Amino acid sequence: MDRPYGLLAELTYACPLQCPYCSNPLDLSRYGDELTTAEWQQVLDQASELGVLQLHLSGGEPLQRRDLTQITRHASALGLYTNLITSALGLSAGRAEELRAAGLDHVQISIQADEALLSDRIAGTPSFQRKLTAARLVKKLDWPLTLNVVLHRGNVDRIARILDLAEELGADRIELAHTQYYGWALRNRDGLLPGRDQLERAETVVRAARTRLQGRMEIIYVLPDYYSRHPKPCMGGWGRRQLTVVPNGDVLPCPTAHEVPLPRASVREHPLAWIWDQSPVFQAFRGTGWMPEPCRSCDRRELDFGGCRCQAFQLTGDAARTDPVCQLSPDHELVAAAVRAASDPAPGPSRGAGPALIPRPHPHPRPQPRPEPHS
Amino acid sequence: MTEPARTERPRLAPHTRLSFDRARQRHVLLTPEAVIVLNDTGAAVLGLCDGQRTLAEIVAALEPGYREVPADEVRQFLGHLAAAGRVDLADG
Repeated sequence: MDRPYGLLAELTYACPLQCPYCSNPLDLSRYGDELTTAEWQQVLDQASELGVLQLHLSGGEPLQRRDLTQITRHASALGLYTNLITSALGLSAGRAEELRAAGLDHVQISIQADEALLSDRIAGTPSFQRKLTAARLVKKLDWPLTLNVVLHRGNVDRIARILDLAEELGADRIELAHTQYYGWALRNRDGLLPGRDQLERAETVVRAARTRLQGRMEIIYVLPDYYSRHPKPCMGGWGRRQLTVVPNGDVLPCPTAHEVPLPRASVREHPLAWIWDQSPVFQAFRGTGWMPEPCRSCDRRELDFGGCRCQAFQLTGDAARTDPVCQLSPDHELVAAAVRAASDPAPGPSRGAGPALIPRPHPHPRPQPRPEPHS
Repeated sequence: MTEPARTERPRLAPHTRLSFDRARQRHVLLTPEAVIVLNDTGAAVLGLCDGQRTLAEIVAALEPGYREVPADEVRQFLGHLAAAGRVDLADG
């Protein structure tokens, strides 16, 4: 059995932002009973024992957890590589210095665009200036800085200016990742999916920037899978390299697997090693035995693992079908139709605007960690 | 791909960390998105990439532990990692 390398810790789904492409669950009310500090520390101990080397601290907004420094310190003491994935709202100088001292290895800050008006509109709250301030703070503390930008129809044409901003901020890396259509993003797909012409322009810009910035800034560009010939090898295979622990302690093979109807597995009820090795949710799509045709006899079955189970479920209602992104999938028309609709030249000046986007709501009420058990 | 010259002083990129994977008993290079599994020689080379030693000095420092250190292979190895942004090459 493979052991996991990476743990994505979704510490809370509370978030000051309301991005319409958020991959958090549509029903956020089920996650208010968050793991305590001590429970997270136990999760990290067990994860490290299991072979996890990288810890991605995410959410929601992980800075909303007041115990983030404690959790980070614990992870660092275990030798884990710690990576904070944040909107940067709440990353004050004091908090940043605390995290630096706790051993946080790397910070990834999301920005929504290259300028305040659009960035704040997408984020649903005034945040752009605070993000820039935080990014400069990260560099001042001599931390490596990665900027994360989720690309979609409304900002992909600004990719050159986004790259200029990253350069000006001294980012070491930038991840330009097209929206993946889960959760709120799927609900908003018609307003988010870019057209083919937009993608072609973006690729030209990225190629030129890579040459220009070679050795100074690493550019990671993730294509939208709707435009790929082959589906993405989601998580490098189900239950193969990564696991996700969500705020209430449920463990998933990937952060969107809550959408697939499978039995729950929680760190509150089982050791992490059992969940990884034996739980029904991790066994469900491990390996190739579950595959239908055309995957079962496909040469690429060990390369893309049939694509994404969550996408198959969301688009076809059956998680065990071939990812409809694959051109060999009998359901490929579901994706092809969305691509055609996004790429048809729209009449009039409204090109790019698309339908109104539904913002991801704030979870209500603001979840609080349970009190520490007395022992 | 840029291969380091003899006078260059390679060091690990700031966002990477050399570590030992206890669960699998292997050396690894940790980066924000990836874990690079190293063999013992690779780990020894990277352990010497401190931004002070030149490539020639790294090769020389390895020699007591290994019967023969092919400088070309060390250069190629570091060149690959440099191209991937895992190692910085600074001429000195």
